[in-house]
Amino acid sequence: MHEMALCESVVQALGEQAAAQGFARVTAVWLEIGALASVEPEAMRFGFDVVTRDTVANQARLEIIEVAGEAWCMQCAARVGLQRFGEACPQCGGYQLQVLTGQQIRIKQIEVM
Amino acid sequence: MCGICGCGTSEMVDTAPATLAEHRHDHDHDAGGARMVRIEQDIMAKNQRYADANRHYFAAHGIFVVNLMSSPGAGKTTLLVRAVEALKGRVPVAVIEGDQQTGLDAARIAATGVPAWQINTGKACHLDAHAIGHALDHLPALDGGILFIENVGNLVCPAGFDLGEAHKVVILSITEGEDKPLKYSDMFHAADLMILNKTDLLPYVTFDADAAIAYARQVNPQIDVQAVSGLFGDGLEAFLAWLDVGSIRAQQAAQQATLSNKVVVGDRIVVERRAG
Repeated sequence: MHEMALCESVVQALGEQAAAQGFARVTAVWLEIGALASVEPEAMRFGFDVVTRDTVANQARLEIIEVAGEAWCMQCAARVGLQRFGEACPQCGGYQLQVLTGQQIRIKQIEVM
Repeated sequence: MCGICGCGTSEMVDTAPATLAEHRHDHDHDAGGARMVRIEQDIMAKNQRYADANRHYFAAHGIFVVNLMSSPGAGKTTLLVRAVEALKGRVPVAVIEGDQQTGLDAARIAATGVPAWQINTGKACHLDAHAIGHALDHLPALDGGILFIENVGNLVCPAGFDLGEAHKVVILSITEGEDKPLKYSDMFHAADLMILNKTDLLPYVTFDADAAIAYARQVNPQIDVQAVSGLFGDGLEAFLAWLDVGSIRAQQAAQQATLSNKVVVGDRIVVERRAG
């Protein structure tokens, strides 16, 4: 979706962390992206390179950790995998699914100097 | 709205203390003291804080807020004009319009006599919660009323941004394909109500309404469905009734909160975006 705007949020968060913790440069960023977060990792990489120019994270390496989606199937009463909305339960083929995880876009850790 | 978000006086910043990760030795030290910092920061957390602040404000004032989303040209503004014409004089009503450019939509709403504020997002493809807070500065008090937010015409990005609304409503016009709920599943998953619009054109198109509803429920089993002709007003009663119920509930919740001297706040937590 709006990967560029998300990259700008990442850079803003890095700037805030730099000010709060007193580091001069971010050399790598580990970003966790859930399968159900509507974020395209490749678009994120492209946006990140552009948006980080002339910031605290100039030329930083972006490591994307892709996390699978999970849902609760009401019919099976079980935790099942879900890679996109509208997909059926892999066990029963039903659609009574409640998302449990996979919508996150989160900075896990950063390497700083 | 500076009173809500605090911007202009002091920026909302993440105050969660970052903790140093264990020093790792899978890297060399030539770089001159590189270290790992574990921060676990949700990228959407900032928008979520603004959205929570908006929701807090709406709850305290008994304002029922609906976020209308669709692809461009699905008839959001035409439907809105109909709805606000029917509601004005009964409850306080206002509209926030989101478009990349122009104030044309706000002008269409304002022509009905209902206050409207246009947000031009420029290059951005969606409205965010911070912009909504500021738009409230330009609208009259809406206590016990209904606020419509007409999002930027886009079936993708607006789904990801909580604005503090009570409900997201997706409008699918029958001149689009019935498979849109499957193609743009994030949007239909995020919405609580799907309105099939332009039903006056049904005789002229091959749209399969049953299939559209089945696809929407495949993506979101809880989604409600209504069908309207925004142009002629057919089916509008059901939407107005849905709005009345929501508005009455919002007013009652605000009254109860005042009585018990506490403010009802949503159950959202910033750690992860809402699941559904």
